[in-house]
Amino acid sequence: MAGVAGGNDFQWCFSQVKGAIDEDVAEADIISTVEFNHSGEFLATGDKGGRVVIFQHEQEVHFCKNRPHLRGEYNVYSTFQSHEPEFDYLKSLEIEEKINKIRWLPQQNSAHFLLSTNDKTIKLWKISERDKRAEGYNLKDEDGRLRDPFRITSLRVPVLMPMDLMVEASPRRVFANAHTYHINSISVNSDHQTYLSADDLRINLWHLEITDRSFNIVDIKPANMEELTEVITAAECQPNQCNVFVYSSSKGTIRLCDMRAAALCDRHTKFFEEPEDPSSRSFFSEIISSISDVKFSHSGRYMMTRDYLSVKVWDLNMENRPVETYQVHEYLRSKLCSLYENDCIFDKFECCWNGSDSAIMTGSYNNFFRMFDRNTRKDITLEASRESSKPRGTLKPRKVSTGGKRKKDEISVDSLDFNKKILHTAWHPKENVIAVAATNNLYIFQDKIN
Amino acid sequence: MNQSSFISGADGDDSLYPIAVLIDELRNEDVQLRLNSIKKLSTIALALGVERTRTELLPFLTDTIYDEDEVLLALAEQLGNFTMLVGGPEYVHCLLPPLESLATVEETVVRDKAVESLRKISQEHSPVDLEVHFEPLVKRLASGDWFTSRTSACGLFSVCYPRVSSTVKAEIRQHFRTLCSDDTPMVRRAAASKLGEFAKVLELDYVKSDIISLFTALASDEQDSVRLLAVEACVSIASLLPQEDLETLVMPTLRQAAEDKSWRVRYMVADKFSELQKAVGPEITKNDLVPAFQNLLKDCEAEVRSAAAKKIKEFCENLPEDSRETIIMTHILSCVKELVSDTSQHVKSALASVIMGLSTILGKDNTVEHLLPLFLAQLKDECPEVRLNIISNLDCVNEVIGIRQLSQSLLPAIVELAEDAKWRVRLAIIEYMPLLAGQLGVEFFDEKLNTLCMAWLIDHVYAIREAATCNLMKLVEKFGAEWAQNTIVPKVLGMANDPNYLHRMTTLFCINSLSEACGQDITTKHMLPVVLKMSNDQVANVRFNVAKSLQKIGPVLDSNALQTEVKPVLEKLATDTDMDVKYFAQEAIRVLALA
Repeated sequence: MAGVAGGNDFQWCFSQVKGAIDEDVAEADIISTVEFNHSGEFLATGDKGGRVVIFQHEQEVHFCKNRPHLRGEYNVYSTFQSHEPEFDYLKSLEIEEKINKIRWLPQQNSAHFLLSTNDKTIKLWKISERDKRAEGYNLKDEDGRLRDPFRITSLRVPVLMPMDLMVEASPRRVFANAHTYHINSISVNSDHQTYLSADDLRINLWHLEITDRSFNIVDIKPANMEELTEVITAAECQPNQCNVFVYSSSKGTIRLCDMRAAALCDRHTKFFEEPEDPSSRSFFSEIISSISDVKFSHSGRYMMTRDYLSVKVWDLNMENRPVETYQVHEYLRSKLCSLYENDCIFDKFECCWNGSDSAIMTGSYNNFFRMFDRNTRKDITLEASRESSKPRGTLKPRKVSTGGKRKKDEISVDSLDFNKKILHTAWHPKENVIAVAATNNLYIFQDKIN
Repeated sequence: MNQSSFISGADGDDSLYPIAVLIDELRNEDVQLRLNSIKKLSTIALALGVERTRTELLPFLTDTIYDEDEVLLALAEQLGNFTMLVGGPEYVHCLLPPLESLATVEETVVRDKAVESLRKISQEHSPVDLEVHFEPLVKRLASGDWFTSRTSACGLFSVCYPRVSSTVKAEIRQHFRTLCSDDTPMVRRAAASKLGEFAKVLELDYVKSDIISLFTALASDEQDSVRLLAVEACVSIASLLPQEDLETLVMPTLRQAAEDKSWRVRYMVADKFSELQKAVGPEITKNDLVPAFQNLLKDCEAEVRSAAAKKIKEFCENLPEDSRETIIMTHILSCVKELVSDTSQHVKSALASVIMGLSTILGKDNTVEHLLPLFLAQLKDECPEVRLNIISNLDCVNEVIGIRQLSQSLLPAIVELAEDAKWRVRLAIIEYMPLLAGQLGVEFFDEKLNTLCMAWLIDHVYAIREAATCNLMKLVEKFGAEWAQNTIVPKVLGMANDPNYLHRMTTLFCINSLSEACGQDITTKHMLPVVLKMSNDQVANVRFNVAKSLQKIGPVLDSNALQTEVKPVLEKLATDTDMDVKYFAQEAIRVLALA
């Protein structure tokens, strides 16, 4: 699974693209989150229009002697409107329907459950299948005509008959009114009973079955809002230890808290911060050091943070510096001024681990996304584009020229399209299958073993 | 569509029609109608007869698990009472399939209800049926793919265990063991919460060999939420074991739980402390639980301290009598003293709700010397809830040290609270006034408290004025009409001339509640003229309250006063320009039969 950079192991190839091809992109269609479930059988996306689309992995077509290895595809399983636009009349605020995050719950019976959230309200959805239908009424016949109510001589009990598979999404719980600021993260705890939700200044802990109360576990709101110096940017529960969670801040630091120690986790247990290099200090230092995403490795030993220019991997046992740092698009350092002017500098890139924690992936501009192999230290830049999406076509590595002279196949920094950004990506929990959200399109790539 | 509306006058078999409607509505789009039908499931079954209920209705219901939770919940409950409708105990096993599918849904309330019904009908199985039908169901659930079914299984072991053969018993124990070490925390939680119950039906030898090891394992589970449930099991297990085994089998785990790293587990220990104390007996309490309790009272987490503080009284009461006082004085009291000035108001208020109870246990001298200063400190606490809890428990101290002592030491603080800025605190004090007055006597009351009682009548919060009015009535009941005439009535009537109409109305409210206690003489001579005079008030609210007051005091007056004085005034008010005044005047005329 180590092969990220192609060559020895495998190459990434195109599998599918979802979404309209039109140049005209409707705002509502822009994908705002992507998430595989725990088995990888399902893939969920949320968009700015408040919709959730779930794809299911179809049965694999098994390996035949003379044909290349063919994998099944992801097809639409269910689509539903998760959130609607709302208006807060008390504060005169519009509440967007945009889905900020989706998190799958561990599977508990034949149905599937997920949490979806917009800025204010978290909802628990059940996605279930139905393949039987009851037939036979007493008061009407097969064609729906009413029978004479006075001529009923016997009672009929409905009989269940098979029917075409129907997938239903039903809202099971609504967790509302607990966040004053915008929710940026939700994370299900390993106890399968609670989850946390974080906004700019507070983190709340919920019980999955209780909607009318939640516990505030972190509150960094200063008594006087003028003294506000940092905000919470992301939060996540440790995957194996139910008592541990981390949250990152706009100052580039990460705090680890232990819920065993106290009911209120205002005091952190560990504080991860890399000392700033005084020589590279600039007007933008603080902005670009803000952490946009934090993710625990599956093992729970490491965590990864994404800031504007880099991805860092931290060992939970070492607080003073990251064990690995990967540059995502260092060539933008000289362009920060214009990126500040067009607001791109505030883009919130996410990052993800592969199933074995040996590789990581994160997005960039110009529909480029980057992968880093942690063992070989190789890295690769790939592009999610319609042009390269021929069936089973391999993805060619892309290069951005950093020097003065541009080689063939290289793209100059100035010709990068900053409107095409890849913020959300997801890696199948067990296989080399990735989902990459490029504006309104979802690309699915997979490995091709030569 | 409400189809039941056209059943009347049917000439066909009209008894079938309503049932037909009920059956069809099992699938109505409206949840409420489905729910109605499910709740009348017994009617449907009765009409179908036992045979068709078994062969048609139950198979249909078995697959109806797609419905809304409330429908499923009602269904699960109904099926628990269905034995006779399927043909009696002989056929009760027919109910297992629908309940089995309900026991696997994700909604906890539905699952729990299905388990409850299964437990209920398990008793109606013959021993043979239990092994042939019920026990296999438990096994199926216990080894189900999804954890919802495995959690449901946990609640069923204890009902079948006592009634099956020893081979099957061994299997059941094995299944329970497996679930205790299940991969998912949900199942381990379910197993931990049923551990105590299961232990109770096991033979003592198996409790020692099986349950203890499971208990120890669950109590050191990696998940906090599992460990804290083991504390609950500890209570049941400890009460099953002979005293000499407790030390080796239970205490190590309990000690560990009381010092657990997670505050939630320690909270659970504190919360269950009285039960634990009873379960382990006096000797272990003295040696082990006293220091453990001290630690919980000093815990670094406020939630734990509050839970422990709430248990102080009960813990002290249940200490062995021979050493109770010594233990409290040497070990507990110092902790209590610290809690009085705790940083968390929740802790202080939890303490305030029980601290007064200690005085009965410690007796007069100790109370005066050690507890009284603490009560005083809490009475002056900055947090109103703390003060409130102290005031509402004053009576237990009263019993121990007597009202004189109480009034001397606590009265200044009480008077201070009577003017507290928080109206709920003032309200609590008012409610306590009649009791204090009764204890203190007229003289003392007039001297110290009377002014307070009158001041509350013009409080700016309505609830206080209302309570003050009610308080006056209770005082008059205690001290008599003569006292009322001399001290209260003149002041109350004086307020009728107050420029504030709210105060003028208070006069009326007082008269309403005082007239009966004061009797006809005072009411006619002193109160009635004032009320009548107020009928000319310029504020309509006052005028219609005059009408209401007249209606209220009418029965106390003689018929002469009613006819000559009340009637003309009410007739005049009945022609008032204000609608409400008119209405209440007319109503008073009607009730008093003056028309």
